[in-house]
Amino acid sequence: MSISEKLPNIETRTVVALVEDRPGVLARIAGFFRRQGFNIESLAVGKSEKIGLSRMTFVVEGPPDVIGLVAAKLDRLIEIVEVTDITDQNFAYREMALIKINADEKIRGEILQLANVFRVRVVDVGTEEMTIETTGDSKKINSLIELMNQYGILEIMRTGRVAVLRSSLEINKKKES
Amino acid sequence: MTKKTGGQIVCEGLLKQGVDTVFGIPGGAILPLYGSLSQFPDLRHILVRHEQGASHAADGYARITGKAGVCFATSGPGATNLITGLATAMMDSSPVVAITGQVARPGIGKDSFQETDITGATLPVTKHSYLVMDPKDLARVIKEAFYIATTGRPGPVLIDIPRDVFAESIDFDDSIWDEPIDLPGYHPPTIADFKDVKSAAKLIDSSKKPVILAGHGVIISHAYRELKDLAEKCQIPVVTTLLGISSFPEDHILSLSFPGMHGVAWASLALHEADLIIAIGSRFDDRITGDTKRFAIRSKKIHIDIDPAEINKNIKIDVPLIGNVKDVLNQLNPIVEQKTHQDWVRTIEQMKADHPSLRIKETDDLLGQHVIKAIFEETEGKAIVVTGVGQHQMWAAQHYHFYTQNSWVTSGGLGTMGFEVPAAMGAQVGKPDHNVWSIAGDGGFQMTMSELATIVENNIPVKFAIMNNNHLGMITQWQELFFDKDYQANSYTANPDFVKLANAYGMKSRRVERQEDLKDAINEAEEHPGPFLIDFIIKKEENVYPMIPSGQSVEELMEEPI
Ligand SMILES: Cc1ncc(C[n+]2csc(CCOP(=O)(O)OP(=O)(O)O)c2C)c(N)n1
Repeated sequence: MSISEKLPNIETRTVVALVEDRPGVLARIAGFFRRQGFNIESLAVGKSEKIGLSRMTFVVEGPPDVIGLVAAKLDRLIEIVEVTDITDQNFAYREMALIKINADEKIRGEILQLANVFRVRVVDVGTEEMTIETTGDSKKINSLIELMNQYGILEIMRTGRVAVLRSSLEINKKKES
Repeated sequence: MTKKTGGQIVCEGLLKQGVDTVFGIPGGAILPLYGSLSQFPDLRHILVRHEQGASHAADGYARITGKAGVCFATSGPGATNLITGLATAMMDSSPVVAITGQVARPGIGKDSFQETDITGATLPVTKHSYLVMDPKDLARVIKEAFYIATTGRPGPVLIDIPRDVFAESIDFDDSIWDEPIDLPGYHPPTIADFKDVKSAAKLIDSSKKPVILAGHGVIISHAYRELKDLAEKCQIPVVTTLLGISSFPEDHILSLSFPGMHGVAWASLALHEADLIIAIGSRFDDRITGDTKRFAIRSKKIHIDIDPAEINKNIKIDVPLIGNVKDVLNQLNPIVEQKTHQDWVRTIEQMKADHPSLRIKETDDLLGQHVIKAIFEETEGKAIVVTGVGQHQMWAAQHYHFYTQNSWVTSGGLGTMGFEVPAAMGAQVGKPDHNVWSIAGDGGFQMTMSELATIVENNIPVKFAIMNNNHLGMITQWQELFFDKDYQANSYTANPDFVKLANAYGMKSRRVERQEDLKDAINEAEEHPGPFLIDFIIKKEENVYPMIPSGQSVEELMEEPI
């Protein structure tokens, strides 16, 4: 559960950054969040389309008056090449989850049927357990988790958000014509 | 290609960056670098007595010259001793480059003798840092470090170099020095968005009661001329922040000195009454704003700063101008209308008359204020003044009037006691022909007085004025006012005899206990070619006024009960 659901004076921001792929960079970023007293709700890192640069998506929570400066402050770090707080912009995001559930042969079929509605994939099946994979927004994943709770969830592994800004309609129009 | 050791590359790199002086102390991990020093006679190494002194000296040097100040320390305790100095430099945006030795590469992570993760430990107090694991990276790192330290919003950069990286010999191609710096994530802004500049000009043109709040950024970007141009063209009074002191001549008719907790009343009142505040290279520190909800609520705010993260940090800004202060002022000045604000200036003159913050009360006692005033008069406002932290610092800011650009060096952001001794040494090394006065508290002085040895050894002619009140004056003041006079751990009963102490170090000195001896003593110090110490025995239990208690507003301003 995120802090934002508990405390009213906490705000959540989604930030996307292009960073140099070097040792110590994540420590700098994490250290910065810690110093500011921000909670990292999720953090996803992977190589970007540019050589030597990774793209990160952070979802961070903090007091509204401070968290608003999160992108500007992150940009102070030398290894951060670009950083945007996309919270108030039109962005698309996905999250992936692996869920391991109690599933003997008797209920396996039932689970699969339910799971299909969520377009999940089965990653692994054992005699007593199975692991399913799903991708979507947090809401979808939360609903799936709620649904699977009745069977007994053994383990959840979530990636956290990866996000991109949506192309503005104007650009799309240009492309069409 | 020639063979060079890591140590040689570092020394060569420092010279190429224009470094002439380094403050440091050797130790096992950094000894191979010291082993290269003798081949570089143009690099002067000053052996300090404590690494904190090295970092403050580099800071003092940097602030006064505008060039990076450099310090060396060995791994472990040497490096950790630098931290207070790095934090001080970070808070006040001062370009210090620290080079630390690290244990040899194979020993890293093994709790080797004198191993400390110093890049980790200094993360929050450096602008950037490097751990150099390959001597081939040294040249690039040195260039980047100086570039990062001195450009944009300046700040300290630490380079941690393992012992065997200094010692390793590599094939070195000199053309590396000419390669351009490639830092894709670092582009300090220069000029501001022109739309914003126009909006700012409009606000300035329509304001009736504008005030400029000039900070350290003016000094850092050498925008003295531009600040003066703006103030004069639009007749805008100039308040300087504590660190902005000496960015605007205090004998100028538009100068209002500094505001805030111990600033002069009229500066705080002018900010309070203004309809427009133009903050230039300043950061709305809590010592100025007090309660942000009640700070200058009648005014719109323009904020010129090179650091976008400062905008809206403490105070809501109407027009941000993100860029280098000097460049932005050069955009702004030509498009603002020439104007006068006679009524507003008169109002402020009245504030000055109603609140004579700098009046010194009649007494035969020797007060801190008397000492500062006398030093000011005898040096004609032309000395470089370096202070510690506490009452003496505030009296110095109030009663010394600064007529020379960039002549005030104080730890404003971190408030580091002990800064006064080594920072004065560094400032003097940076400007050997200037008069440097260190205004010291008897408390702060004792934190770093071991550097007296360094000062004497190198004949660095700093003049020390110990404002000796035999206690932690500012602590006593707070305990009196806010802790029901419950005095705890505020007073000394066994201070050393500072005159004898100076003599023990081989420094000339004398004691002053009466107002009538001030002039003579100060002149004796001034005329003495070497360092000199005066132990001013000032009245104990004397408060600094005005005072706006922490977190409050100008409405709670306390003035000297006369
Ligand atoms: C390193 C450090 N420790 C503690 C403090 C807290 N402090 C602020 S002012 C002060 C008293 C300073 O005494 P002194 O140097 O004698 O100067 P005075 O106020 O008497 O002029 C203290 C202890 C500080 N600012 N820095």
